[in-house]
Amino acid sequence: MTMTTAGVLFILSLGVALVAVHKPFGDYLYRVVSGTRHSRVEQGVYRLVGVNPAAEQAWGVYARSVLAFSAVSILFLYGFMRMQNHLWLSLGFDPVVSHGAWNTAVSFVTNTNWQWYSGESTMGHLVQMAGLAVQNFVSAAVGIAVAVALVRGFARSRTGELGNFWVDLTRITLRILLPISVLGALALMIGGAVQNLSAGTEVTTLTGGTQTITGGPVASQEVIKELGTNGGGFYNANSSHPFENPTTWTNWLEIFLILLIPFSLPRVFGRMVGQVRQGYAIVAVMAVLAIASITLTNVFELAGNGTVPQAVGAALEGKEVRFDVSNSATFAASTTLTSTGAVNSFHDSYTALGGMMPLVNMMLGEVAPGGVGAGLYGLLILALITVFVAGLMVGRTPEYVGKKIGSREIKLASLYFLITPALVLIGSAAAFATGNNSTALNVGPHGLSEVLYAFTSASNNNGSAFAGITVSTPWWNTALGLCMLLGRFLPIILVLALAGSLARQQPTPASEGTLPTHRPLFVGMVVGVTVILVALTFLPALALGPLAEGL
Amino acid sequence: MRLPNWFAQHLAALRALLVFTVLLGLAYPLALVAAGRIPGLADKADGSLLTVDGRTVGSSLIGQSFTDADGNPVPRYFQSRPSASGDGYDPTATAASNLGPESVVDTLAADPEESTPSLLTQVCARSKAVGELDGVDGRRPYCTVDGVGAVLAVFRADGLTGAVTRVVSVNQVAPATPFITSYEGVPVELARPGEDYLAAGGLVTPIRGNAPADPAVPADAVTASGSGLDPHISPAYAELQVNRVARERDADPMAVRRLVEEHTSGRSLGFMGEPGVDVLELNLALDREFPAG
Repeated sequence: MTMTTAGVLFILSLGVALVAVHKPFGDYLYRVVSGTRHSRVEQGVYRLVGVNPAAEQAWGVYARSVLAFSAVSILFLYGFMRMQNHLWLSLGFDPVVSHGAWNTAVSFVTNTNWQWYSGESTMGHLVQMAGLAVQNFVSAAVGIAVAVALVRGFARSRTGELGNFWVDLTRITLRILLPISVLGALALMIGGAVQNLSAGTEVTTLTGGTQTITGGPVASQEVIKELGTNGGGFYNANSSHPFENPTTWTNWLEIFLILLIPFSLPRVFGRMVGQVRQGYAIVAVMAVLAIASITLTNVFELAGNGTVPQAVGAALEGKEVRFDVSNSATFAASTTLTSTGAVNSFHDSYTALGGMMPLVNMMLGEVAPGGVGAGLYGLLILALITVFVAGLMVGRTPEYVGKKIGSREIKLASLYFLITPALVLIGSAAAFATGNNSTALNVGPHGLSEVLYAFTSASNNNGSAFAGITVSTPWWNTALGLCMLLGRFLPIILVLALAGSLARQQPTPASEGTLPTHRPLFVGMVVGVTVILVALTFLPALALGPLAEGL
Repeated sequence: MRLPNWFAQHLAALRALLVFTVLLGLAYPLALVAAGRIPGLADKADGSLLTVDGRTVGSSLIGQSFTDADGNPVPRYFQSRPSASGDGYDPTATAASNLGPESVVDTLAADPEESTPSLLTQVCARSKAVGELDGVDGRRPYCTVDGVGAVLAVFRADGLTGAVTRVVSVNQVAPATPFITSYEGVPVELARPGEDYLAAGGLVTPIRGNAPADPAVPADAVTASGSGLDPHISPAYAELQVNRVARERDADPMAVRRLVEEHTSGRSLGFMGEPGVDVLELNLALDREFPAG
């Protein structure tokens, strides 16, 4: 079997597996977020937290709960890193520098997991497992909770209430993320991922050198890093490290975990609004974009254009022998189509066009399928923009799943879409204006790509890196921290406001003039709107970076 | 007493965070650490360590350098891929090179120690070295015979267009010989250390040369991995090294080839990933079966 055939089978098998679990797993997610019974453990949690699980929240209260939880998390994580030297299992590392601790605290709370540091030489085991990995769970749960609140806005009528954040957070964490993580971590351990508290084993190599074999609670963190579309590696080398991603089948499993929840959430949307076919339309948009992107990334990387790949004979720099070109490209596309940002190969050494694809994926707003929760709410807002554009063409008030899309809704949706491009472009411009782009390893168009990639990754809460840029300086840590913070919470506030205004409406019965939003035509229109929005926003920047380099 | 609303919310947030920290940050990972003590899983949870005569020599998942104290390859061992982790295969400093596909111009300083080679030159130099070690043709496209990137800075009369006025081979310094004598009729000069020909307006022009499109030295032998700890080499790179290792150990090449096959892992389920040869395991097996004289 040739490498290309094997690579195609690899992608197909992932697709088949995701299709197979879509319905059963999506239905399970639906039951978790819409059930009314509380298990004994959950009741215990509510008592300890001191909240009444039966109390529903209006959008403002829901938003303030999200923000309070995130603010406390950032402070806690910051303090944790600053005093790690006084705690157990610190491996003798110093406290994390203040601008670095700020950046990392924001990074993990916003589900970004941008990393300016090397895990193996900066973070002790306790910070990794009781600080960073906890946020891998709860930041993912926050994303899903916000998406569910938006869907409740579509599903409910004449009410101000969107559910209870604490109940959503607890259920999503304990019934979805934790059980899958336990099983996934055991599977990774069978593959060879390490799970211990060792500070490292010093060995003498065959030729008399020394080598320190690192340890750590890696498997438990690796699995939630993928499942929660977080992406922060235990080690600097992330999922290319053999202790995080030891075999060719763990690589498959990790990509599957990345895509599992984002591709299943549209089913929850369909079930909650009572029209399963609306969920299929949303998942179809995601699938069209994802298949196109994964295919193109593979084509560009396997073609291996560029001087160095031509000299080598393959685009193999920064890639592992066990994954080779195709499985690396598939991972790269999956990690940036979602908000994961884990890498099993280093995007900076990709061919110019192959390396542009992860950038384009993030610029799409990470909606195909996007981060856990964030992908669904991003795509639902794109659907609103699409019905609005379609409504303008035929001169009718747009509707979507029985809700009128009026001026307030469109204002919120438009603001949502302006935030990320503003952060990316202003941030990149500021880096050049202040000379901070000089920390990029490469010069010329590739240097621009590195800066652009960093701001795109941070503002979209992805966290992957075109790693050839030094970002451990105070300027970079502060700027990217701000982008991550604003890129996460401003959209969340707008989404919840939108949910509140949708929930207050009474349903509009579908009429002759209603645009059907479950047909292929609508799917095609959403895809078109998504691509056009990105092209209009980012094409000039891409033309100066990867396009200039690759063409 | 009724707490102000904003305060109550942050208190609930803090309590929730503490509850989840205990559940997800301690109970969950420590339970898995405990599960990792189960016989059969324990070896893997500890890092798949390999032991010889009671001495731990490494991990079957983590690559090693098989070089002497000066960094020269030890010929009786199969060699690993190049590595960008620390000084090579350092698990406390995992890294990739992060150099891009058009990293083709070296930064040359008067002191060769201070020069920074481009990715292209690194590839060319590795290819040449492997070719010499294993007795094959180490030439590659875009590489000079002396093992640097074959790249010209071409100066034209009107900047981007016009007649060629001056040509410099940017990665070659004296006493080298320019890899081509002339370009569009203009003689090619050598580069002088410390000069930036790109800033001076030279157009970067890589020259393909006449090296075979399918070089004898495989791709993985001239590129660094993402982790810098890649435990594998391709079967092609292993095959390239069989004769040398067999010669150094007075062994039958067919017997060495058999060991290579035993330590080659195929694709999972027949289609996931690519085959790889675990270099450390292979070298340990060689030491057992053909102890070097």
